[in-house]
Amino acid sequence: MIFRHHTLANGLEIIAECNPAAYSAAFAFFVQTGARDETDAPSGVSHFLEHMAFKGTPSRSAADVNRELDEMGAHSNAFTSEEQTVFYITVLPEYQSRAMDLLCDILRPSLRPDDFETEKQVILEEIAKYDDQPPFGAHEKSMALHFGTHPLAQSVLGTLDSVSALTPDQMRGYFAGRYVPNNMTLAAAGNVDFAELVALADQRCGAWQPAPVQRATPRAAANRAARVFPNDIATQQYVVQIANGPAAEDDSRFAARVLSTVVGGDGGSRFFWTLVDTGRAECAVMYSYEYQGTGIYLTILCGPPDQTAANLQAILDTLHTVQRDGITRDELAQAKNKICSQLVLNSELPTNRLFVLGNNWLQRHHYQSVREMIESYHAVTCDDVAQVLAAFPLTECSTVAVGPLRELSIPKAP
Amino acid sequence: MTEPIQVYEYENGLTLVTQRMDWVESVAFSLLVPAGCSRDPQSLLGLGNITCEMVQRGCGPRDSRQFVNDLENLGVDHSASVSNSHASFGGAMLADKLEAALTIHADLVQCPHLPADQLEDARLTCIQEIRALEDNLAQRALQALRLRRYGEPFGRSSQGALETMSRIGMDDIRAFFATAYRPNGAILSVAGKIDFPRLRDRVGELFASWRPAPNAELECVPQNGAPEHIPHESNQTHIAIGYESVPYCHADYYQARAAVGVLSDGMSSRLFTEVREKRGLCYAVYAVCHTLRDRGSVFCYAGTTTERAQETLDVMLHELRQLSCGVHADELQRLKARLKSALIMQQESSSARSGSIAADWYYLRRIQTLEEVGRIVDGLTCESINRYLAEHLPAEFLIVTLGQNALELPR
Repeated sequence: MIFRHHTLANGLEIIAECNPAAYSAAFAFFVQTGARDETDAPSGVSHFLEHMAFKGTPSRSAADVNRELDEMGAHSNAFTSEEQTVFYITVLPEYQSRAMDLLCDILRPSLRPDDFETEKQVILEEIAKYDDQPPFGAHEKSMALHFGTHPLAQSVLGTLDSVSALTPDQMRGYFAGRYVPNNMTLAAAGNVDFAELVALADQRCGAWQPAPVQRATPRAAANRAARVFPNDIATQQYVVQIANGPAAEDDSRFAARVLSTVVGGDGGSRFFWTLVDTGRAECAVMYSYEYQGTGIYLTILCGPPDQTAANLQAILDTLHTVQRDGITRDELAQAKNKICSQLVLNSELPTNRLFVLGNNWLQRHHYQSVREMIESYHAVTCDDVAQVLAAFPLTECSTVAVGPLRELSIPKAP
Repeated sequence: MTEPIQVYEYENGLTLVTQRMDWVESVAFSLLVPAGCSRDPQSLLGLGNITCEMVQRGCGPRDSRQFVNDLENLGVDHSASVSNSHASFGGAMLADKLEAALTIHADLVQCPHLPADQLEDARLTCIQEIRALEDNLAQRALQALRLRRYGEPFGRSSQGALETMSRIGMDDIRAFFATAYRPNGAILSVAGKIDFPRLRDRVGELFASWRPAPNAELECVPQNGAPEHIPHESNQTHIAIGYESVPYCHADYYQARAAVGVLSDGMSSRLFTEVREKRGLCYAVYAVCHTLRDRGSVFCYAGTTTERAQETLDVMLHELRQLSCGVHADELQRLKARLKSALIMQQESSSARSGSIAADWYYLRRIQTLEEVGRIVDGLTCESINRYLAEHLPAEFLIVTLGQNALELPR
C-alpha cells in the first residue's frame, strides 16, 4: 500500500492508497457539504443535489449517465450525511480513465428543471419510505432535539414541505457556493494509476474556480431533554439517546470507540447481556460518531412498548455503573480485538478503504494506514477510557421515543 | 500446485468445500446445517429458529457468556440465521483464527448445552424477531408472496408465530436438534487464506463425533394463488409480484438470470428506468431470481405512496410482459459487463466466495469456478435469452400488496 497525494492549482486535493495487487479500483469525490451546511439553505438541498448529479450534464443526459455506468460494469452510488456528500464509482482497473471522465462530469450537473421535478418525486418517495420503516424517524428527531440550534440539528432528507418548496435556482445557488474545488477531495483506493489519475483530474477539473467556503463547527452543549412522538403504525417502541462525545479532531475518539463497544457493541457488550441476550429488547446498541467540532454517543433501543420504561432504567443503570467504575481490562482487550479485526477485514475491499480514507482526509486532513489505526486502538488504556468518561459523561443524554406509547416516563440520572 | 477449489466428504456425510485465496489475509466460513424452518412441525412454527438461538447458549467447555466472549476475543465477525432449508452459522476473521473459530462451532453442532434455564430468554428473543417483522412492511409483503408461490413448508419464513412460539418446550428443542442438526446434508464452506490438507484433517478431527440421522422427506402443500391485499395504514403501498422461473440447477438458469438482469441490474435497467427515472414513482424497485432446489421464481418489489401505487403496479406489469418481445443487444452488452465485473470483484471478498461455494454445493452438488461462470456469461446471446423467454413467458403473476388500498389487478 502506497499513499499518494497531490494538489491541483485550484485547490482540489487528490489522495490515493494504491494497491497494485487489487482486482478493482475505487474513486470518489468527497464534497465537504451536507445537512449541517443548510442553516441558510433549504433543508434537504444537499441530498437532493446528490440525486441531481446523476440526472445529466451539458454533455450527457440522465440516461447517458446510467448507461455509461452500466457499460463499465461499475458499482456506483452516492450518499449524503450531516457533513459530506460522497459520489463513488468502483470499476475494474482498465476503466479508470472512463470512470474518471464520468465522475468528474457529474460533479458539474445541468440541474435541468424537468429532471428536477421528476427527481423531486423520487425524494418525496424516499422520505415516505423512511417515515414508514424502523426507526420511524427517531434518528432525525433525536438529532433535532439534541442539537437544538446547533447546525447538526438539520435533517439530511429534509421534510415533505422543505423539499416540495425547493426550486432549481435555490439549488444552483447552493451548488455554486459549495461544489468548489477547494471544498472537495478526490480519493482513490485499490489498483489505481496515480499519475494518470492526477493528469485526468487536472484535465477535467483544472478549470473549476475556487471560492471561499465556510462551515461553522461549534461544540454542542449538553442536553437532557426528552420527547415522546406517538406513532400508530409502529409495533415496537424505538428510542434514541444522544450524549456528547469526542469530536473528529480529538484523539480521545479511539478511547470513545472502545468504550462504546464495551457498553453497547452488537455482541458481548453490557447492553447485549442485560437487554438482548435476555430477550428484553430486540436491539440495544451504542455507537460513537465524530463530527467536526463535536461528537456523539448514540444509543438505540428497540423493544416492546410496555417494557420500554424498564429497559431505559436498565440502560441508565448500566451507564451509571460504567460512569462510576470504568471498564475492566478484559473488556478493554476484547473490544480492541473486535475493533482491530473488523478494521483489517473491512480494509480488504478497496471500496471500504476508500470511505475510510476520504473521511479521514475530510475530517482531519490526515492519512492513517490500517496498521497505524490498529496501533492507535492498541494504545488505548483503561485510564484513557476513564478520562473520556470524565470529559463526556454518558449519562448526560437527550432522549427521543417513537412508537405506540402516548407517554413514557424517562428515567433521569441524578 | 493444488487446485484452489477442493471438496472433501467425510464419513459422517459432512461436506467440506473450500476455495484458497492467497491474496487476502482473511478467511470466512459458512456452516450450513439442514435444520431450516421447513422442518418445523406445523403446530410448532418457529422451532428451528428457537433451536438455533438455544445452541448458541453454551457448548462444549463454554457457557453462554464464554461462547460469545471467545468469538469476540478472536475478532470473529460471526452470525447465525435460519432460512427455509438451513440453520447457518458463519464468520469472517483473520486467517490464523480459523481453527479456534471452527472448534467452537464444532462444539455448537455436536455438544450444545441447550440450557433449560435459558429457554424463556431464548423464547423472548425469538418473540422480538416476530414483533420486528410487524414493522418491516416490505419484508412482510415479500414473505406473503413467497408463501403463495411455494406453499407449505417451502414458502414459509423462519420466525414462526406468537401462538406456536409460546408452545415450544425443551423436549421439542431437543428432539429437533437430534434429528435436524446432522452431518449428512451439512455443508462447511471455507474461503480465504487456507492450507487445504491441514484444514481437511483438522475439520475431520473436530467433527468426528457428529453422528448422522435419517433424512425425512418433506411434502409440499400448495397454496392458493389468488392475489392478496394486506391492509395497513402506511404512507407507502408495498407491491410484490412473483412468477415462475427455472431453478439454479437448471441448464437455462443463466438465460433466466440474464432476462431478470435486463429488468433490474444496474441504473439503465428497464424497471429502474421506467418506474423510477422516467416517472419518479418510487425510490426502490427491483426484481431478483429466487431459487429452491427444484423450483425457481422471479420476485419483484416496489414501494410507493398510496396515490401512485396503481400506476407503479401497471408500469411494472407492462415491463414484465414486455420482456416477451425480447432483449436487445445493447442491454445484453451492459449486463455482461456488470456480471463479469462482479465476478472479478468477488475474488476480493472471502465472505462472498464462502457464501457462493456453499450455495453451489447445496444446489448443484458441485462448485462452479468463476472462470466457468465467466464462460457461461460470455456465451449468452440475445437469441439464447429470447428463445428462453419464448418458452418461459413471464405470466400468471402472483401479486401481494400491503398498504392503505387494494389495487386494481389485471384479469
